[in-house]
Amino acid sequence: MIADMKVEDIVGDYQEVSLQLYGSITRKILYTQIETSYPDGKLIVSTTDPAGIITHVNRSFVEMSGYREDELLGAPHSILRHPDMPPVAFKDLWDTVQRGEKWQGFVKNLRKDGGFYWVKATVIPNVRAGKVVGFTSVRRKPSRTKVDECSKLYPTLF
Amino acid sequence: MSFQFTVSPDFTPDHLSGWYIFNTWLQKQTGLAIHLEMYNDFHSQRSAIQANHVDLIYANPFDAAMLVRERGFLPLVKAEGASDEALIVVNAANPVIDVAELQSGTRVAFTEDPDVRLMGMIMLEPADLDNGNIVPISADNYVLVAKQLLKNQADVGIFLAEAYDDLSAMIKSQLKVLVRSQISVIHHALMIGPKLQDQREDIQNLLMSMSADEKGQGVLKNLGFSSWQIVDDEEMEFMIDLMDTLNT
Ligand SMILES: Cc1cc2nc3c(=O)[nH]c(=O)nc-3n(C[C@H](O)[C@H](O)[C@H](O)COP(=O)(O)O)c2cc1C
Repeated sequence: MIADMKVEDIVGDYQEVSLQLYGSITRKILYTQIETSYPDGKLIVSTTDPAGIITHVNRSFVEMSGYREDELLGAPHSILRHPDMPPVAFKDLWDTVQRGEKWQGFVKNLRKDGGFYWVKATVIPNVRAGKVVGFTSVRRKPSRTKVDECSKLYPTLF
Repeated sequence: MSFQFTVSPDFTPDHLSGWYIFNTWLQKQTGLAIHLEMYNDFHSQRSAIQANHVDLIYANPFDAAMLVRERGFLPLVKAEGASDEALIVVNAANPVIDVAELQSGTRVAFTEDPDVRLMGMIMLEPADLDNGNIVPISADNYVLVAKQLLKNQADVGIFLAEAYDDLSAMIKSQLKVLVRSQISVIHHALMIGPKLQDQREDIQNLLMSMSADEKGQGVLKNLGFSSWQIVDDEEMEFMIDLMDTLNT
């Protein structure tokens, strides 16, 4: 389950919007214009089950998202869904990995404190004994040029 | 029947005799005839793997996917607590303080270690650098990578963290580290091929008990670490998936 974002968690001036997640759930999103820059030399890693429920996160994931590990495990990955991300990006992600292929793209993620961070993400299916048992996403630091391009492009994709 | 053991060509030269001593120890403990073959480079080692000549290998993480998925290898152990990390280094006199400032056409020196090079290239991506717009400079070892930087024949060097840390203080004082990776889940592993797989558990048990006796401790010391740690199938699969995401 994903709870609404709470005012007491937010740092700085925020806007409010409602997002339809996971097909049906409506989540109240509070978000700010404060960016956290991607830490040099680190990878942010998470794994989900076949339905997109988080089953593993590494320490960098916890640090960057602002959530505790126990808040992340068992939550849908859309807990990081930022309102500025166009839904087509995630449709493409899911279509690609469900075909058994690798997906790569630039994602603006939402932190628990309402702030955001950009990543370059690669998502692959985890195939064990011929079966897809889940998906793993590994994020690395994106270049500023790519982030600027996506910041211009994404608003046109809604 | 005799078996072939080989070690990833990126081993530290100081540990060459250590691997021969380890092989002697392993033969004595298992009663198997195991021949240690050292290849000069990754290319010739991979050809030997493709020809099914290799039965036991201390493998570079970059080759793990091929070994497991194409050649039926399984993991045994890794050096306890060890992981491969990469560094991005420039000449200390270089005014650059952030990788993002580097420009296309940057001369990048590296060795042929495939995992370190991959991690290093990923750390150059924030500057929009990739194989297509750098000037690659290959070097036989990390001391030579350092020399390229000192002589201003390269702008950036990609180092295995361990190898950089082992450089003399004199050399390091003339260099500047821009980024040190903190990935922690990419590591070398001792892996076993199909012909030896019925012995997997026995060999794993032998290796795990090495640090408990004096003789075993001495053998490990010559390899540069103090004990082995089990790598189970899922840990290896996870590392392979991770390398796969980086290899794009
Ligand atoms: C392995 C994996 C990692 C994902 N990582 C993210 C992420 O970091 N941020 C994000 O917004 N969505 C991520 N997604 C996509 C979400 O599952 C989800 O599709 C997206 O947030 C849009 O939400 P919705 O599908 O509920 O509309 C990931 C999916 C997978 C399979």
